Amino acid sequence: MTATTAPPAKPAQPGSSAATRIVSHVFKARETGILIALLAVIVVATTVNPNFLFSSDGFRDLLLTPSLLLLVAVGQAIVIITRNVDLSVGSVLGLTAYLTGRLFIDIPGIPVIAVFLAGIAFGAILGLINGALVAFARVPALVITLGTLYIYRGINVAWTGSDRINASDLPAAFRGLGTGQILFIPILTIIAVIVLVIAAWVLRNLRSGREFYAIGSDPDAAHLYGLRVTRRILTAFVLSGALAGLSGVLYAARYGTVSSAAGTGLELQAIGAAVIGGVAISGGVGTVWGAAIGAYLLLTINRALPILGIQDFWQRAVVGALIIGAIVLDRVLAIRQHRKLIEAREDVR
Amino acid sequence: MTATAPAPVPNTRPARTYAAYSRPLWRRVLLTRESAIIGLLVVVIAVSLAVVPNFDSPLTVTYLLRDIAPILLIALPMTLIIITEEIDLSVASIVGLSSVMTGILTQAGWPFALAAITAILVGAIAGVVNGFLVTVVGLPSLAVTIGTLALIRGIAVGLLGTTAVTEFPEFWSDLAKDNIPGTPIPGIMIPFVVLAIAFAILLHFTPFGRSLYAIGLNKDAASFSGIDVGRTKFWLFVMSGTISGFAGVYFTLLYNNARGDNATGLELQVIAAVLLGGVSIFGGRGALHGVIAGVLLIGVLGSALRLAGVTSDIINVITGVLLVLSVVSASLLAWLRRRRISAIGKKKERELAASSS
Repeated sequence: MTATTAPPAKPAQPGSSAATRIVSHVFKARETGILIALLAVIVVATTVNPNFLFSSDGFRDLLLTPSLLLLVAVGQAIVIITRNVDLSVGSVLGLTAYLTGRLFIDIPGIPVIAVFLAGIAFGAILGLINGALVAFARVPALVITLGTLYIYRGINVAWTGSDRINASDLPAAFRGLGTGQILFIPILTIIAVIVLVIAAWVLRNLRSGREFYAIGSDPDAAHLYGLRVTRRILTAFVLSGALAGLSGVLYAARYGTVSSAAGTGLELQAIGAAVIGGVAISGGVGTVWGAAIGAYLLLTINRALPILGIQDFWQRAVVGALIIGAIVLDRVLAIRQHRKLIEAREDVR
Repeated sequence: MTATAPAPVPNTRPARTYAAYSRPLWRRVLLTRESAIIGLLVVVIAVSLAVVPNFDSPLTVTYLLRDIAPILLIALPMTLIIITEEIDLSVASIVGLSSVMTGILTQAGWPFALAAITAILVGAIAGVVNGFLVTVVGLPSLAVTIGTLALIRGIAVGLLGTTAVTEFPEFWSDLAKDNIPGTPIPGIMIPFVVLAIAFAILLHFTPFGRSLYAIGLNKDAASFSGIDVGRTKFWLFVMSGTISGFAGVYFTLLYNNARGDNATGLELQVIAAVLLGGVSIFGGRGALHGVIAGVLLIGVLGSALRLAGVTSDIINVITGVLLVLSVVSASLLAWLRRRRISAIGKKKERELAASSS
C-alpha cells in the first residue's frame, strides 16, 4: 500500500504527458459516469426499439425534449454551487411563458427578439428578488424560494385565470423556433448548448466563476478573504431566474399552449438533474456539464421506460433512486478521498 | 470626514447596571416569537368573526380543522426535525404512499384495520430509510429527502397509475369524518391533541427534548457532551415517517380517495407553517405552541379568505408572503438586536475611556 499511494498520476504530476493527463482526468470525472449511464440508456432503448434513435422523430426528441430542462438545470447548478437552492424556477418559467403569450397577443407585431429580451429580463427580476432576500436578509435560500415558489405561482394563476395561450396566438416565425432545426439539430438545442458552453467557460476560467465555488465551499472563509459574497449570490440567483425566463419563452415556442400550470414541479427535475450530474447539494463542487448531462439522462429515461415495457408512472421513482444513488456515490468518493489524503500525510511523516 | 464628526455628547444619565439590560418576566413571555404568532392568530380570528359572513358557523370550524389535520399532525415531528437543523421534504410523498397502500390492500380484501396498520408501517419504513441515509451514511437531509420525495412519490404513482380506490368500509370513513358528539370539532382532533401533548412533553420537559436544541445549536458540542446525535436524528425521521403514514390513512378516509398524487405539495405547507410558528431553519430554536398557532393561522386565514370570496391562488400568494416575511423579520430583528448590543458595547467603551482619562 505505502509504495503505491504516492505516485499514481495526480493530474499535476510533472512526469505524466498531456495525453495521460487528459485520459486520467476523463476517467476520474464524475461527468463521465453519468455520460456512460446516459449512453447505456440510449443503447438499450435503441436495441429494443431502433426507432428510439434511428428515426427522424426519435433523434429529434432525444435532443429537443431535455433542452428546456438543460437551461434551467444550468442556472440551478450555479445556485447550488454557491450552497443555495432555487425552488422557484418552475414558477418563474410558468410566469414568463404566459408573459410571452400575452406580449404577442397584446402588442401585435412585436419583434420576436423583444419578447426574448422581455422574458429574460422578467426572469432576471424574479431571480433578483430571490437573491436579494437570500443575500441581504441572510435567510436560507430553501425558505425564501419556497415562499416565492408559492408567490410567483399564485400570481401566475391569478393573472392567467382560466385563460390560456394557444398556438394560434403566437406568430409562425416564433413557433418555428420551437420546432425548427438547422442541419438535423433543433434550434432549441443549439440555444441550450450555446448557453451551456458560455456558462461552463465562465465557471471554469473567469475569476467571477471561480468565486462561486469558493463561496460554496466555505461562505465564511470567502467573506473573510474579501470576496463579494453578497454580490455573487445575487448574480447566481439572477442567472438562475434569467435562464428560467429564457426557457419560459422557449416553452411557449415549443409547446404553443401555455396554461397556468406550466413548469409545475420543474424545480425538482432541475435539482435532480444537477445532483445526478455531480453537483454537490452542500455547495462548491460540480460543473454545469454534469447538470446538462443529468437533464438529458432524466428525460431520456422517461422516454425509454415505455419502450422497455415499464409504465412511465415509474419515472419519478427512477429519478428518486438516481438522486439518492448520486448523493451516496458522492459521499463514498468523498470518504475515499479523505482516506487517501490521510494516508498521503502519514507517508510524508 | 473628520470635519463632520460631532463633538462627543456628555453622558449625563446615571450608569445602568446589568440588570437594567436584562428583560423583565412579562417582556420575556409576551415579546417572544410564539406570543406574537398567537396574538396574530387571535387578531385574525377576531377580525374574521366580525367581518366575514358565515365564519362563525360550526360548519366552518369542522371543515377548517378537518382540512388542516394532516398538516397539524405532520408539523409535530417536523418541528423536532427542524430544531435539530435537519429537514424532511418527503412527508407528503409518504402520505401519498400510505394512502395508496391503504387503497390497494383494502381493495385486495384485507380487513381495513390491518391495511391501515400496514400503511402506517410503510410510512415508518420510509422514515427508517430517510434516517438511515441521513445518520448512518451521513448525507445532508435536504438532499436525501429531495431524493426520497421523488422516489416515494414515484412508487406511490407507479403502484396505482392514474386509477384510484374510492371504496372504503363505511364504519372507518365515518369515523374519520365524524365530529366529537355534541361539538363541531372533528374526531381526528382527539388523536392530534394526545400526540401534541406527548410531543410537547417530549420536546419541552425531557432531556431528550433538551438534547434536540443542543444538537441544533451545535451538533459537535452536543456530541462531545454525550448526546448520540445520530441515533436521536434517526428516531426523529422514523417518527416523521410514522405520523405521515397515519396522516395518509386519515387523508384517504376523509376524501374516500386513495391516489398516488394525494397530498402533493403538503410538505411545503407543513414547513411554511412550522417556520411561521417561530422555529428557526438554522436549528436550536422553536416551541410547539408556536407551531400549532402557525398551522392554525395559515388555516384560519385561508378559510376566512375563501369564505370572503378570495380565490385559492391569492391565498397561496399570501401564504408565501407570510413565510418570507416571517423569516426575513426574524433575521431583521436579530440584526437590530446585534446593533443594539454593539451600541451598548461601544457606549461602555466610551464610558470606560472617559473615566480612565
